[in-house]
Amino acid sequence: MREHDAYTALHAVFDPELDEPITDLGFVRSLTVDGTEVTVHLRLPTSFCSPNFAYLMASDAKDVLTALDGVSRVHVVLDDHHDSDLINRGLAADAGYRGTFGAEADQDLDALRLTFRRKAHTAAMERALTRLLRENRELTDDRLHDITLADLPDHRTTHALLRRRAALGLDTAPEAPVLVDDHGKPYPREEVPLRLRFARSVRISIDGNAHFCRDLLRTRYPESAADQTPRNQEVHAS
Amino acid sequence: MYTKDGDSYFIVDAHVALWDARPENQANIHGKQFIDCFYDYHRNLSPESELWSYEEYLYYGGARLMKDLFQDGYVDHAIFQPAHLGAFYKNGFGQTEEAFALTKQHPDKLTYNHYFDPRLEQAGLDQLRCDAERFGLKGVKLYTAEWRDDSRGYKLDDPWCRRYLETCLDLGIRNIHIHKGPTIRPLDRDAFDVADIDKVATDYTDLDFVVEHCGLPRLEDFCWIATQEPNVHAGLAVAMPFIHTRPRYFAQIIGELLYWLDEDRIQFSSDYALWTPKWLVERFVDFQIPEDMTEYAPLTIDQKRKILGLNAAAMYDLPVPEELQVRRIETQAVSVA
Repeated sequence: MREHDAYTALHAVFDPELDEPITDLGFVRSLTVDGTEVTVHLRLPTSFCSPNFAYLMASDAKDVLTALDGVSRVHVVLDDHHDSDLINRGLAADAGYRGTFGAEADQDLDALRLTFRRKAHTAAMERALTRLLRENRELTDDRLHDITLADLPDHRTTHALLRRRAALGLDTAPEAPVLVDDHGKPYPREEVPLRLRFARSVRISIDGNAHFCRDLLRTRYPESAADQTPRNQEVHAS
Repeated sequence: MYTKDGDSYFIVDAHVALWDARPENQANIHGKQFIDCFYDYHRNLSPESELWSYEEYLYYGGARLMKDLFQDGYVDHAIFQPAHLGAFYKNGFGQTEEAFALTKQHPDKLTYNHYFDPRLEQAGLDQLRCDAERFGLKGVKLYTAEWRDDSRGYKLDDPWCRRYLETCLDLGIRNIHIHKGPTIRPLDRDAFDVADIDKVATDYTDLDFVVEHCGLPRLEDFCWIATQEPNVHAGLAVAMPFIHTRPRYFAQIIGELLYWLDEDRIQFSSDYALWTPKWLVERFVDFQIPEDMTEYAPLTIDQKRKILGLNAAAMYDLPVPEELQVRRIETQAVSVA
């Protein structure tokens, strides 16, 4: 096992709220491999970043590293968080979310994860459709009802949308409509402009949070700048 | 008051604090982490010329506050929105006695809002009645993600909280400011979730709910609720300073708020002392939606007047000189449009 392989594996761990890999965000403070043991330190933009998200990312990191060939033990340590001790003890003991947080965690994390997968899908849908609108000036909002996946160009915005649809178990066939709800159902034609508008506010929200969290991480840990990979701006900042 | 290019603006800073985060007031490591987090926000989003030292930031006192807001900051009236944070600070984070004494000295310039915590049940309810009388409360600031014993938060529609809101109605406390923004949140539920506001806004239509930080980082959830509930308002604390670091993002926030709400339900705040109002007021008056963002209409001077002060002034019955009001004819034109 080499550090490069372990780090590559961490690309699969996403901040659910920002919809970006923890590696690109600069959340991985250090990674060391000693024989078959891997130790990872994570850092976050504030001490008060959500403990449930923090736990989710740390436990996902542990899972992807444990699954690698040639790894016998994985230590994931969350630094400088108000729940660092609690989370680190829970991770070391594989106690799970409820086992870690006890009575405070009366729901599991699956519902939270699903919420953010849906938001990520909504944002990806808006990016793809807004790009299409910008490139085809004759196309108007109210005609988006009839746009199918086959109408989207072979572009990374489209690929990103397909990945997020697949993650939610939504139809990825070429004839499937693009503008759909969380369950893959198309909206009534008359609701299309409103739904696109709402999808836009979801996308603005996610993009804005991602910028803010990246900047705050650099304010808190200036050395993290070197570890951050620029966010893929699939649609121009507007 | 602020004047630029012949246009004058009545300024209400709807969210300010007088805090004490010095080490001797910190109850534990969380008290230090909390102010450090604030200081990082301050460092990250302020222009370099407006940066404070860490020592100044821990505690600045009333004289400094008066200077920064009223002498330098163009503010006509400011409203204290204190966070208690008793689990982090021995004598609380927001300094009630100091802020209230300052308010009594300058009643024309300052309004003191207090807080309650429904987890104190009947004892807290009795306290609220005393506080309402003593402070002459028109509003409260609720920090729903505040820690108390084993609890890391409460919801506005919890049964006890509903009793508190009903008591607010009895006592004439009409303005309920709720912190829904970054920093602390309860563990198992998402404290940014604004769903609890939706429920109580529907049930208590005689109360106005000002969502501080306009729901950031969940702007879309906030907008979706506010578009349906006419008594839900957006407080711009923490959103304002993006005008400096990310003006395009700021344009999107304002553009979305104007689309989903309207120009009468958006309030300026500096969130002092996270940021000082002077530069925020100057930049907002100069601000315009970038031309290539064709999805948003340009901001008008009257919209800026409302956001910078007239909306909050109306909510708090603050007297505004006639010449600083928006011109009536234009208001009608906007409302017809």
